[in-house]
Amino acid sequence: MNELNDLYREVILDHNRDPRNFGEIEDADRVVEGVNPLCGDKMTLYVKLDGDRIADVRFKGTGCAISVASSSLMTERVRGASVDESMRLYDSVHDMLTGSGAPSEDLDKLAALAGVREYPTRVKCASLAWHALRTALAGGEDRVSTE
Amino acid sequence: MSASAPAPRRGAPITDIASLRADFPGLHQQVRGKPLAYLDNAASSQCPVPVLDAMLRQQKMNHANVHRGVHELSSRATDAYEGARERIRAYINAASGTEIVYTRGTTESINLVASSLGGSLLGAGDEVLVTEMEHHSNIVPWQLVCERTGARLVPAPITERGELDVDAFERLLTERTRIVAVGHVSNALGTINPLRELIDKAHAAGAVVLVDGAQAMPHMRVDVRALDCDFYAFSGHKMYAPTGIGVLYGRETLLDRMPPYQGGGEMILTVSFDRSVWNSLPYKFEAGTPNVTGAVALGAAVDYLGGIDFDAVTEHERALLDYASERLLELDGARIIGTARHKAGVLSFVLGSIHAHDLGTIVDREGVAIRTGHHCAMPVMERFGVPATARASFALYNSREDVDRLAAGLRKALEIFA
Ligand SMILES: Cc1ncc(COP(=O)(O)O)c(C=O)c1O
Repeated sequence: MNELNDLYREVILDHNRDPRNFGEIEDADRVVEGVNPLCGDKMTLYVKLDGDRIADVRFKGTGCAISVASSSLMTERVRGASVDESMRLYDSVHDMLTGSGAPSEDLDKLAALAGVREYPTRVKCASLAWHALRTALAGGEDRVSTE
Repeated sequence: MSASAPAPRRGAPITDIASLRADFPGLHQQVRGKPLAYLDNAASSQCPVPVLDAMLRQQKMNHANVHRGVHELSSRATDAYEGARERIRAYINAASGTEIVYTRGTTESINLVASSLGGSLLGAGDEVLVTEMEHHSNIVPWQLVCERTGARLVPAPITERGELDVDAFERLLTERTRIVAVGHVSNALGTINPLRELIDKAHAAGAVVLVDGAQAMPHMRVDVRALDCDFYAFSGHKMYAPTGIGVLYGRETLLDRMPPYQGGGEMILTVSFDRSVWNSLPYKFEAGTPNVTGAVALGAAVDYLGGIDFDAVTEHERALLDYASERLLELDGARIIGTARHKAGVLSFVLGSIHAHDLGTIVDREGVAIRTGHHCAMPVMERFGVPATARASFALYNSREDVDRLAAGLRKALEIFA
């Protein structure tokens, strides 16, 4: 497998072509705007909570394949998950993108993003959605930037 | 190693532009296991050996502070620093060295004028006229001073081709227009503006004109007196010199009336707690210890460029741009952003629905360096309805092979995203 194929894995190309959970949630509990000044990309994340569960989560915006696929994979994975579980996933994703060991097992399909860590300039593209999610769940600011 | 700079190249100007590639060591390396094809020149160009040698010589043997020392090294450093100023003056045909202010680059040059001239000239109801194709550094400094003074920033529109709408520009020029700030060449579109015409119209309306020349200097010989501009700003690192050095050319009569931009050493004659007396031009605008090595390097860069036939450079870059545009349009979904009739070596494009950032990563794996993003020209991106573009930009040392390598890299992107 050459390195580019490792970055642009089939799962990523698929989620870029056909992003899941793309759109708005009108009665969202949390709305966070994420920007990646490096590529000028913007994404908005909508979260609807039911107690400490994520009842619904959607996103909207433009971005490179890595950032769109990462948002799509994330929403697919955390819908229905608890807030705690999602925060733990954030840590696992963060470790995968910036660390050197094997991706942790709980990542499952999200491990498709592991190739990104060989491309330091693209790590921010993959982590933008996750930063937005963490901010949304913490209920703090409504804007995050990867800078 | 001798202390003084070597004499500039003598003899007939060089017309064999392709032969110059050998002068740039940065180009002759492997990147990601492939020979480098460097096509990000509008961001920063590589340095030729004479510039690198001048920097090393300055830093190694002549390193001292300028102007304030009686010892030998300080006087060598001062000579090199002032000698470079004189050669830069001659290169752009300014009337006097007092009109050549060293800065950190175009951005600082424009901020200097916006803050010092803008701050003293502008008032409520006045207008600063710019164009929609400006780099952020020719927008934001004016926004800041407008906020401070109550003046208004007015953008002149551009056409679908990415050319300035000159009629609209003329209509927007009124007795309220105090300053016109316009780019010579657009970094995002490659458009070469009809500068002399714009300057004449602006002067007729009574406005002062600043030209952002960052993208023009590497591609053409600029004569500030023939242009009749009041200010001309440029950066060394886009014209084969290092980062951290640039120039503000300013008409002496204007610089003379302007208050200092920054305070500190060098820019004063006398200081007391009651009052300080400003130094003469250009030192009034050069507070603090300057970038001596950068200035010396920029001097070496204009020596280098002065030995080259610029008609040949223009022809070489024009041919590359045409060839690259042709090769690009062979690809499915390619769209060129910026199709002005007069264009410098800048090719901004999108390729189908593939995001520019992905294109940049994929061609980088092939050893091809391009820029992707908004190119510090968000209003241009908005005008053309794209979030970002990929941009290949040419310097005198680029070859058709560089273009072929780019085309091959883009084909690879099309395969991956098929
Ligand atoms: C047209 C234009 N103006 C201004 C600038 C700013 O130059 P610098 O960053 O060297 O100050 C640039 C370079 O990025 C440019 O392309």
